This record gives sequence, C-alpha cells and structure tokens, in this order.
Amino acid sequence: MQEQKTIEEPRIGVFVCHCGTNIGGVVDVKSVAEYAKTLPGVVFTTTNLYTCAEDGLASIRDSIKEHNLNRVIVASCTPRTHAPLFQATVGEAGLNKYLFTFVNIREHCSWVHMKDKDGATEKAKGLIRMGVARVRLLTPQDEPKLPVEKSALVIGGGVAGMAAALSVAKQGFPVHLVEKEKELGGFVKNLNNLYVTTKDAMESIKPFIQKVTSHPNIKLYLNSKVSDVYGYIGNYEIKIDTAGKETKTKVGTIIVATGATEYSKEGLYGYNVFKNVVTLAEFELMCKKKILPKAQRFAFIQCVGSRGQDKSYCSRICCNVAIKNAINIVDNYDNMLQIAQQNNKAIPEVPVEPKAPEEIMDRRRRRRGRGGDEAVEEEKHGPGENMEVTVFNRDVMSYGLEHELIFNKAREKRVRFVRYTPDRRPEVVMNGDQLTVKYFHETLKVEREMPVDLVILSTPLVAGPDSATISKMLKVPLGQDGFFLEAHVKLRPVDFATDGIFVAGTAKGPADITEAIDQGEAASSRAATPLWKGYVQAEALSAKVDPDVCSGCGTCIDVCPYGAPTKKEDGLAEIIAAACKGCGCCGASCPNNAISMTNFTDEQLIAEAVAGIKEAH
Amino acid sequence: MADTFNPKIIGFLCNWCSYAGADLCGVSRYQYPPNLRVVRVMCSTRISPDIMLRVLREGADGVMIGGCHLGDCHYISGNYYTEKRVDLLKKLVELSGMEPERVHLEWISASEGEKFSKVVTEFTQKIKNLGPTPALRNADIAKNLEAAEEAAKGFRLTALTSKQYNLLTKGNTYGEKLDQSKLESIVHTAADEEYERALILALTHGKSLSVKDLSKKINVPTDRVLEHIVELRKNSLIAMDHGHGQTPTYRAIIIGGE
Repeated sequence: MQEQKTIEEPRIGVFVCHCGTNIGGVVDVKSVAEYAKTLPGVVFTTTNLYTCAEDGLASIRDSIKEHNLNRVIVASCTPRTHAPLFQATVGEAGLNKYLFTFVNIREHCSWVHMKDKDGATEKAKGLIRMGVARVRLLTPQDEPKLPVEKSALVIGGGVAGMAAALSVAKQGFPVHLVEKEKELGGFVKNLNNLYVTTKDAMESIKPFIQKVTSHPNIKLYLNSKVSDVYGYIGNYEIKIDTAGKETKTKVGTIIVATGATEYSKEGLYGYNVFKNVVTLAEFELMCKKKILPKAQRFAFIQCVGSRGQDKSYCSRICCNVAIKNAINIVDNYDNMLQIAQQNNKAIPEVPVEPKAPEEIMDRRRRRRGRGGDEAVEEEKHGPGENMEVTVFNRDVMSYGLEHELIFNKAREKRVRFVRYTPDRRPEVVMNGDQLTVKYFHETLKVEREMPVDLVILSTPLVAGPDSATISKMLKVPLGQDGFFLEAHVKLRPVDFATDGIFVAGTAKGPADITEAIDQGEAASSRAATPLWKGYVQAEALSAKVDPDVCSGCGTCIDVCPYGAPTKKEDGLAEIIAAACKGCGCCGASCPNNAISMTNFTDEQLIAEAVAGIKEAH
Repeated sequence: MADTFNPKIIGFLCNWCSYAGADLCGVSRYQYPPNLRVVRVMCSTRISPDIMLRVLREGADGVMIGGCHLGDCHYISGNYYTEKRVDLLKKLVELSGMEPERVHLEWISASEGEKFSKVVTEFTQKIKNLGPTPALRNADIAKNLEAAEEAAKGFRLTALTSKQYNLLTKGNTYGEKLDQSKLESIVHTAADEEYERALILALTHGKSLSVKDLSKKINVPTDRVLEHIVELRKNSLIAMDHGHGQTPTYRAIIIGGE
C-alpha cells in the first residue's frame, strides 16, 4: 500500500527557480541549490530559469523518474498561486501530490530583501532547509471523491442572477433562483431607460425575464430568502424561506448575485435636509414613474460620497448614468412632466422625509433593508420649458465603446460639465427659498452661485443590505468596502476562495448591465463545471481522531464551526472528512491531543520551524 | 553584540490572510529585514501554545503569529481561539522567565502588504533590542519552558483555552455568559498552578524530593507545594516514595516506565 512510502528513505529533489531575474537578481540561486544538496535526504537539485514553464515542469517529471525521487520541493514563488500546477506535475510523474512542498523564495524573500542580497541568499537557504525538514515527514494522501448534487442555487434575481440561472438551466441542470422581492429585475426595476434606448428599462429586459420564468429547469422563489445553508461543494443543504414557508432542498453549487444599492447620507449636499435634492437612482425612479416636479435648472453632482469622500472607490457607472439622464432631461423632461400632469402625478417639489413621495420612501426603506408599502401623494403643476443641465464633476470617465460619443452628444445638447476638485467641492445651500449650488469655477478661479430647481446626487453603488448576512451564512468574505471579495482580483474574478460558491454582478462591486450579465454567465460556467463532472475531489486536509487517545470530552464538537466532529455510538469523536475544512482548530483544542491534522501535524510544524532556527553556521 | 546579533524569528502565518498579506507585501516590493522564517498553516488557530513554547525552547529569538482580522477569519471563528491561545502562551512564557514580548500576535489581512512589512520590521527591531533568547544560555529557563510546554499540553489548560470563546459568546450549558476578565483570571490561575505542577513533575522525574526541597527549588511556599502534591497524587501522577527518615519524599510516576 501507499503507507509503505512513508517508511521509505526520503529521496528529495529540490528545484530552485530563478524566475528570470525576479529571484535570480537578488538571491544567489546556484549557491542555494548547492547548499540544498547537502541537506539530509536530498539526492538531486537543479536550478531553472522558470520552473513553471514547460521545460521546468518537464525537468521535474524527468528527474522524478531518473533519480527515483519520492519527495519534491520547488523553491520559487507562492503556493497560493502555483502549488496546484506543481502538484499536478508531480502527479503526472506518478508521485502522490501530497509529497510535494513549496518554498517561497520570491514574495517572501527576493522581493522583500532586494537590497540585502547576502541576507536574502542566507534566508533562501534557511527556507529550503525548513522545506526539507517538512517534506521528509509528509505522507501520501488519497483525495476522497465525493458525489455532486447536480443542481445550483442562485441568490438574487437581478440581471446577473438571471443570466447565471438561465445559463446553468440551459446546460440542463435544475436551478433554484431565489429573489427577495416580488418580481425579478433587481436594480433595473428602478431604472427609467437603459443606454441608447429610451424604452422603459423593464421593457428592455422583459424578454430576458420571460425566458427565466418560463424555463422548465428554473424553479423561481419570489418574496423569498435563503435562510440556511449547510454543507460543502457538491452537497449543500439549503433552506429557502418564502413568507414564513420553508422549502428544503439540496444543491451542488451556489452563485451569489445579491446586487447592490446606492449610497445616501442625510445632510450630504443637503440630501434629505433640503427639498428637491435626490440621488441619481431616485431621479431615475421619478422619471420612470413620472412623478416629477416642474423644473428647468438641474444640477448633477458627481462622485458624491465616493472616491475618498465617504467611500474610497470609484463607482464607475455614475458618469455614464448621469450623462444619460442629462440627455434625457434635455430631450424628454417636458414630455415626462406632461405625462405626470395628465396622470395627476406631478408634484410641486420633492419634499424631504417623511413627506417624500411613497415610491422614493419605499426605495429608501429597501436600501436600508426594510420593505415598504404603496401609496402615492400627488399634486399637479405647470409645464416645463427649456432645460438647463449642469454636471459638476471631478473628471468624466465615460468608459466603454460608445459612451464617449454619448458624452459628446450631451455636450452638443448644451449640457454643461463643470469641474471641481476634491479640496473645493461644490456646496448645496438654500438661499431663502432658492435651492442653490455654490461652487468654485476652476477655469475662472472665482466662487459662483447657481440657482437650481433640482439637485441630483451621483452617489456610489454600495453593498446591498443583505450582504453581511449572506457572507456569514455562506462563510464567504466581504472586502473592506462591504462588497463580496473574489478569490483573486485578477485571475479568479467570479470565484470565492471557498470551492463551490461563486459571485456575479454588483454584489462584488459597481458594474453596468453588460458587465453584470458577463459575470453572471462567467459564474454559471464556473458553477456548472462540477455539475458536469459529477464529482468533486476534496483536498486531503482533514482532521483525524485517534480513538485510543480520545476521551469523548466533546471539545472538538464545541469549537468546530462546520459541525465536522461528531460523537460516535461509543461516545468518542469522529471527523466527517467531507465537512472538515482543515483549519486545525479542533486539533489545537483537543485536551487529550487525540486529533492530528493531515500533513499539518505537530511533528511536521515543529520540524519545519526548528529547521528555521538551527542555521547552518 | 547588538550589531552582530541576527535574530531568528519564526512566523506562523495563516494561509488566507497574513500569508497572502506577506505575498502582497512582496508583490508590492515593501522591504523588511530578512530574519523572519515563515511556516504556513491553514489557520492561526492551528498553532497550540505548546508548539510555540517548543520553538522558543529550541532557540527562536521571537515568534510571530499572523491571522485574519477578528470577524474575517476564513474559518469563521478560528482567530478568536488564536487570541486566547496566544494569551495563555504569553502568560507561560513570562512564568518561564522569558520576556513575553518575544511573542507577537498580529492581524494582517490579504490586502495589508504594507502593514506586513511594517510589523515585521518593528518586531525584528524589538527582538534586536531584547537581545538573543535566554533559552539557549540559561539552562533553568530552558527547563522552565519545557515545563510550560507540558502544562500547555495538559488537559486543563487546553480545555480552558479552547472553551473560552464559546463561554464568552454563547454561554455555558445554562446559557450564562461569562465575564471576560473573570474568565481570564481563571485561566491565569490555572496556568500558574499547572506550570508549577509541571515543574514539580519535572524535578521529581526519577528523583525523590521532599516538599521543602521542592519549595526551595521552584520558589513556591510549602503549603502550596503540598496542595500541588495532593492534586498530582489524585491524578496518579506522583507517588510518595518511602525513602529514609521521617520526611516523606515524592517521585513522579513515569507512565509506561522507562
């Protein structure tokens, strides 16, 4: 059996990487490799220009066979990105991938000691000595193959969630789509029109919604929330709460597409202190519902609360959305106001809370995580005339292929773009009864005042009110801005670090509809992969209980957040490998030292650490 | 001495936050002195105090533990346990006669590359100021650390350290939440007792000693030594050795013999 390998005399191969000049420019790679050869059990060492390139990988495979290596160390970059590649490579050469150890001499050495070449070389030797001490004690492991429940859960019925659900469903797998509101559409429900078209936004996505609602593989849960999730990739047990009624089901993978909401803060540029100050999303909703005040002079203020004001990031979409609305005002405000008047929905002004129109109040309550009821307050008013639209901005970023043209179009329509700098932001004040924007004209270098009828604040998208709950429930992280944090900012954009859970749309940061759909489809492809495969291979990391030492005290059961340890009939503990994530909490907590962690045993950790202390001089 | 002293510092970093933060530190080219040797673990909660005591006994000048920020643990609650384990560790290090500042716990997220370099730089300087570890020069301290390691491995301290988080957050069987400072004092009292008992067992290993001898050797009043002896006898860890004369002497029971 494989067990025999553990008692085999270690034959260790050490591959030291130059990584071009990244390591080789600082660390004396050759002397490090020569040093490695002197370490106990090391029978082969070599250096590679790039170990991760095909010739580097081939040299690992060939050397394993040629020198009959039973342990392999690669000293190069970080295991967090490259361990899977090298593990697969040793696997191809017939070596159990758990007999491989990574030594980080780039991120933890050459890149952080660039001015101390001797110190870095000495440290690289030390790190390899530690790796050798560890690899000697590693044991081969089998990865349990676990079956996969061939269905997916999508949380959130906005465009990203719908795109994800539809794509998984089209691949033939059942999808549970859970939306907390009474209809699909997410943030788009608040929007007046989408770019380029003047059609109602919901009309534009209606065909999409129809496909989702009519697809036989999609089970739709409206007015619902996911109330509990338990399990691991391939085997999640979930509970869905629909107005108090609970549905239990099993899924293999989960896509989080819970969306975002827009930021607002009372008092920020007079928001909710002065009448006629609304957020950009509220303005869209007013245009959509045709609940409008008579107005002629409009001021958009960009980057409100974002880019270092309250939130650090740029919300990306606001420039384009403000431009779209500016054009819409010039072209359509009079028409919209007329419709509002015909429907008796024109209002004299947008009052502050609690008198604000119910649609807006409802939106504000939802943003804060509370539901709202309907009821509309209405009054009529006279028609609109020539529009004066000003967009106060720090810089306009109309990214995207056609958006620069739309920006130009807005300027052709005499929308004014006035720049401000963050140290001299415009102010919204009330001059008597006149709403006024005070600003510093950057070109003329003078303070100016502009009386306006309506101020529209481009506040950033912020994480939805449910993000924190869902993050806790699924055990997936939020970034410092409260959005979901993907596994790798560049290389794994829709994965979470936790296998089996994926993220799409504005839940992970501001995005426009196209991007949200891109991400939804990307996440669907990632989430469907294990469903197609039919099984998952769990990493062999789990805790193991020695029944001869266990006293059945139950401490491990208390401390494990995953419920992996359970009590057997004889009262002793047992770890369910599939539920164990390998953190080691139970191992360190066991009062009888009965629990050991696979390939993170006390013995291995101490050997590695002690090798780091006993320098070779 | 201070110029030539090149401290050996072992860092236990969790895979998800602080190891990743160290990676980002490298990617961003923030520099720090090359004294740190990193051992990667999946979660900082994995490192039990006895492992760190062993590393200190073997001659590490400093030990750094890096975890995710509280509330951000990849394993939900692991770092809350880490906090308690390090608290016990520092207490035992101090009892052993070593500076507890040689142990440093820091929460470093995957995005805090710059912080990582700052923390390592400062900790390295701190250890340089403290000078080389006494564990290699002072046999008593080495023996004390060994006793502390045994105490840390024992049932009582392990169970107490591990149960603290749940006792503080969820409460005990009766749903009563315990007061943090009260719980801390319970743990510290237990640490004092277990450490002294471990010393007694180490001293009486293969050698009979009277209460008076022990009292002198470990600098603990005789009545307290006797209390320990009673407790150790209850647990069949020490036996009375009927040697010569009137004074009873005690000898540790070696399980399995030697």
